[in-house]
Amino acid sequence: MVEWTAAERRHVEAVWSKIDIDVCGPLALQRCLIVYPWTQRYFGSFGDLSTDAAIVGNPKVAAHGVVALTGLRTALDHMDEIKSTYAALSVLHSEKLHVDPDNFRLLCECLTIVVAGKMGKKLSPEMQAAWQKYLCAVVSALGRQYH
Amino acid sequence: MSLSSKQKATVKDFFSKMSTRSDDIGAEALSRLVAVYPQTKSYFSHWKDASPGSAPVRKHGITIMGGVYDAVGKIDDLKGGLLSLSELHAFMLRVDPVNFKLLAHCMLVCMSMIFPEEFTPQVHAAVDKFLAQLALALAEKYR
Repeated sequence: MVEWTAAERRHVEAVWSKIDIDVCGPLALQRCLIVYPWTQRYFGSFGDLSTDAAIVGNPKVAAHGVVALTGLRTALDHMDEIKSTYAALSVLHSEKLHVDPDNFRLLCECLTIVVAGKMGKKLSPEMQAAWQKYLCAVVSALGRQYH
Repeated sequence: MSLSSKQKATVKDFFSKMSTRSDDIGAEALSRLVAVYPQTKSYFSHWKDASPGSAPVRKHGITIMGGVYDAVGKIDDLKGGLLSLSELHAFMLRVDPVNFKLLAHCMLVCMSMIFPEEFTPQVHAAVDKFLAQLALALAEKYR
């Protein structure tokens, strides 16, 4: 189980309080699809992803960004049981969606960069550390049921 | 994943825009490296204080950023241009190359923090690729 100090919990809550999921979710997923174009392989049914402008204007990408970021937020209310919280989602991503778990890490990197853009220097080094630890825990839990 | 000429131009343009804040970005990036990835402090055991924001960390972050700027000028031949830096890292410093990626990530975060409007997905992609190429060139002489 991941151990959290009181300060780390506060930092993670503080970051989430600055995130508008409807804005940051789409931005993070768009950025992931643009910066790491091979991640587009999972979105064949989303329509036009042929240019950066198409990705940014694609409503299915935006909607899915919100879904993904909402999913990432779930752990905030279950910080002491992250593994079990994501067990079903892990099975879904492995058995049904067949997503390479390394892609979770790529999306989280893009999300951190979007959050940094929104927060500027308010995202202190200690906050960034706690935030990335949180994302690491979720990513690990999402990859756990793969076999 | 080599850089297209458009991406090279994007990198040069963004680094030029960034130049007034490059010291700050370098200092912040190394501070974040030691904060987010504490194992990297193992390379700085000779410093009195290797905590985020400390004087030696900030100073060294500025030095590293200077090296990155130098590499921008050698973007058309990173391997050739960074030969002696690679030898330094391979034979003297012996920094595990996995750490280049960690520092690159921290640099991208700082660029996004300080230039949120300019650090578009396109700039992000070009700079990410450039830093990856830089890391490869730095690791060239390792074995």
